[in-house]
Amino acid sequence: MRRHRGLYLSAEILTPVLVVVVILLATNAGKTFFLPPLQNVFVAFGENWLFARIPVDVLPSLARLAVGYLIAVVLGIGFGVLLGRSRGARRQATPIVEFLRAVPPPALLPFTLVALGIGDGAKIFLIALVCIWPILLNTIDGITGIEPTLRETGASYRIPGAARLFRIELPAASPQIFAGLRASMPLAIIIMVVSEMMGATNGIGFFIVQSQRSFAIADMWSGIILLGILGYLLNLLLTLLERWVLAWHRRSHAIAR
Amino acid sequence: MPQRTLALAGGGTHSPARRALQSTWHGISSLGGTVAVLLVFEILGRTGVLPARFLPPPSEVIVTLVQLLAGGEAWAAIGLTLLGWALGLGIAIVIAVPVGTLLGTSEFAFRATRAIVEFLRPVPSVALIPLAYLIFKPGTIDGKVFLAAFAAIWPLLVQTIYGVRSINPLQLDTARSFQIPRWSAFARVVVPGSVPYLATGVRISSSVALILAVTGEIIMGAPGVGMQINLASQGGAVPEMYAYVVISGALGLGLNLMFAALERRVLHWHASQRGVRP
Repeated sequence: MRRHRGLYLSAEILTPVLVVVVILLATNAGKTFFLPPLQNVFVAFGENWLFARIPVDVLPSLARLAVGYLIAVVLGIGFGVLLGRSRGARRQATPIVEFLRAVPPPALLPFTLVALGIGDGAKIFLIALVCIWPILLNTIDGITGIEPTLRETGASYRIPGAARLFRIELPAASPQIFAGLRASMPLAIIIMVVSEMMGATNGIGFFIVQSQRSFAIADMWSGIILLGILGYLLNLLLTLLERWVLAWHRRSHAIAR
Repeated sequence: MPQRTLALAGGGTHSPARRALQSTWHGISSLGGTVAVLLVFEILGRTGVLPARFLPPPSEVIVTLVQLLAGGEAWAAIGLTLLGWALGLGIAIVIAVPVGTLLGTSEFAFRATRAIVEFLRPVPSVALIPLAYLIFKPGTIDGKVFLAAFAAIWPLLVQTIYGVRSINPLQLDTARSFQIPRWSAFARVVVPGSVPYLATGVRISSSVALILAVTGEIIMGAPGVGMQINLASQGGAVPEMYAYVVISGALGLGLNLMFAALERRVLHWHASQRGVRP
């Protein structure tokens, strides 16, 4: 194993470099309309995103994403705790929740366009509406999965409401809640982009579609690459947050459902 | 999930008929909340509290839904959406499972491609819609199949890699010391060991493929349920729009239930399906 270590490390670094070089050569050799030379894409990336269009397109996108996601987090965890505590309410709510979760999120886009228009409110509403279900379901699972001993100990010591919530229920459910948060993030990004592709005046999705319509293909690719980087960073941020919050937990990677 | 399986398995002492009756009653009585919510929306819609232009009474949507299904108009759209989903998921399985198995088996291949997979995986596939728009003919299903396949590959690939890597080396060493041929060890150790991960991957990829198929239909105008949602919305046929949204939700729910049932069947031997907490 040890003698391979250097080999593995160099492979890990060299392969991505090699791939970039191959793409560079291939896009310069074969002139395909929708695959412009890679250096042009890099130039376009620099011109657009370092940092000229950050306040115009990136910040509005991220602001809508953050607000919608946070609304979903608060409501999802809040209702998740309530439904997790009450068996009866959970049973009545499950069919509705399971159905709404199964609706492909962009299917609701025409509805918000008709009902709420193309403003920020409509997009935030849709992001929240779509992200809430995985968080809600996983919070319910987390609450119902609390060890009976823990629950009963809390009850026999008559631990009052707020302490019960913040010291027992939320910590015990937090691995599963984080699984829900992780499951919701890609949905939030999907809705952020899609809602900007139909009816918007700014945002990264809007920029990509505009570039495609005006056949500025290098610009379009620069937007796609930016979304890749943002997706990666948001995922990383969530993972770091999870590791920090769940540092005490032995198996910190619960699986979302 | 584990609690639910445990709860179902708990009724093991009753006769099958009584259990069936009980579970039917359980199913019916849990629909009370749904009926209540629909009634509230019905009253709010009828009394004009909610504008009927945006939120028509549920009864209107249900009538429209029944008409669409009985008249046969909806079925072509449903078929095209399911076709896009099936092709997308199928392509993803054909690519992701072999590649994932290779990357999971070979440490060198895993290390060499890790950075690339980690970068490509979080690219939201909806970002590729404009590209699909340029490459594929509008009005065909090719674009949405491309999107569905691209999106569905990643969860499955990652699950396959984890699944293969999760296999206890001791089991492979045991197979080797009994001189079991490599292909046989693969079939008897690697495949059963990674199937639970694969099943999870296929279930996630299935819902991702459906989401992207419908997204492609809505944004790129590929024929299917999504396009009908968009057409109805643009034409001001609001009950029809909701009817198609309900259809898309029913498709999603149906596929989820199908894969959950399949998982229970195929993996009945596995701890996760026996209600054992890992």
